Amino acid sequence: MSKPKVALYWAASCGGCEIAVLDIGDRILPLTEAVDIVFWPCAIDIKYDEVRAMEDDEIDLCLFNGAIRNSENEEMAKLLRQKSKLLVAYGSCAYEGCIPGLANLKTRKEILRRNYIEIPSMDNPDGIYPQTRTEVPEGILELPELYDTVYTLDQVVDVDYYVPGCPPVADQTWAVLEAVLEGNLPEKGSVVGAGTKIVCDDCPLEKKETKISRFFRPHEIIPEPDICLLEQGIYCAGIGTRAGCEALCPSVGMPCRGCYGPPPEVFDQGAKIVSALGSIIDSEDPDEVDRIMEQIPCPAGLFYRFSLPHSILRRKTTDDYKD
Amino acid sequence: MFEPKIVCFLCKWCTSAGADLAGTSRLKYRPNGVNIRFMCSSRVDPEHILWAFHEGADGVLIGGCHPGDCHYEDGNYKTQARISLLNRLLDDFGIDTKRLRLEWISAAEGAKFANVMNEFTEELRSKGPLKLAAREMAK
Repeated sequence: MSKPKVALYWAASCGGCEIAVLDIGDRILPLTEAVDIVFWPCAIDIKYDEVRAMEDDEIDLCLFNGAIRNSENEEMAKLLRQKSKLLVAYGSCAYEGCIPGLANLKTRKEILRRNYIEIPSMDNPDGIYPQTRTEVPEGILELPELYDTVYTLDQVVDVDYYVPGCPPVADQTWAVLEAVLEGNLPEKGSVVGAGTKIVCDDCPLEKKETKISRFFRPHEIIPEPDICLLEQGIYCAGIGTRAGCEALCPSVGMPCRGCYGPPPEVFDQGAKIVSALGSIIDSEDPDEVDRIMEQIPCPAGLFYRFSLPHSILRRKTTDDYKD
Repeated sequence: MFEPKIVCFLCKWCTSAGADLAGTSRLKYRPNGVNIRFMCSSRVDPEHILWAFHEGADGVLIGGCHPGDCHYEDGNYKTQARISLLNRLLDDFGIDTKRLRLEWISAAEGAKFANVMNEFTEELRSKGPLKLAAREMAK
């Protein structure tokens, strides 16, 4: 029997998910013996045309990381869907948009103006913007088109499974690979390699249900060790985030940032965080409550740090955004 | 004339009873609201409010008991804090926070309920339909 064929691809992402695959350590050796890696631009020399030449469904498993943000990302998502039996949204970007998805609070126009005109280190006196087509003596050069809105993988193609995390934890990745290799597949559409409760359930810090009367930003306070960070007034997303990481961040005194996305039964992570934070404010005076809440800068960016494109509202509504 | 759609999430003990009083008192008021009764205004999850906007509401009214009167002691204070934070979130998403209205209306205040519905309808009329990117992208 021939070995299962595995493909890995990155779209709009930082590359951390590629490293996370290598994080499985020396288990990479039995993995490469068990499967054929047929496509992995980060690690093996291969061209897109070689994927185009494959039969449909020839790839058994494709781990796709990264959000869909330009025409190349979309084209590769559609191509790999066509060529793969199982397409997995691997990591927070593909699953729910992640950090690139924060671009949905701006429009493409604002982003390009900021990056190519306004930033202090930019030297662009002619105000030149990137073009999708440029004529040079040798011919025409083409670049992918940046989209106005960042999409999750499943907003563009059909997805079989989701693996959350920024990046996914190595043991969870291994569990997913093992399940696929053994043919032990969960129901289609499942979030795999993650828990079913919230981060607080795994967090070792002591919780006393203390209410809070102000929020601190991380540089404004040295937290007491061993006590719930949120109860000390430090915003921690654990209250609205799916377990599965073994509470890595709060265990070492860093607040959870929310990278495993919403827990099961919740669609909108930010809305749940609003709900939870509203329950722990130690004030009944409406003006004081407003003042306390104003200590949280940019709630949308903070509560949806990893899940903005996957949220109910998906992006900022402006007069000139384009779908 | 533009007729705004309003989704009203009302607590069972006060505002919903106030709405009933407006009806049994035969008060006439704008019929733009759809009332949904919850056991407490704090049972209304911010997710419900966002879905209401997503599914076509031009405005959302949350009605609860006056401060100090909550049937569950402090549910309305939780609602107050959630709406305070949700308003800031809506602002980040480019949604006019006047489209989300929180009112304390007791079971004895049928007239207040009718006034609030009239006022809110007029206000939303002057604002026009809610334009929401997510709603247009879902089409």
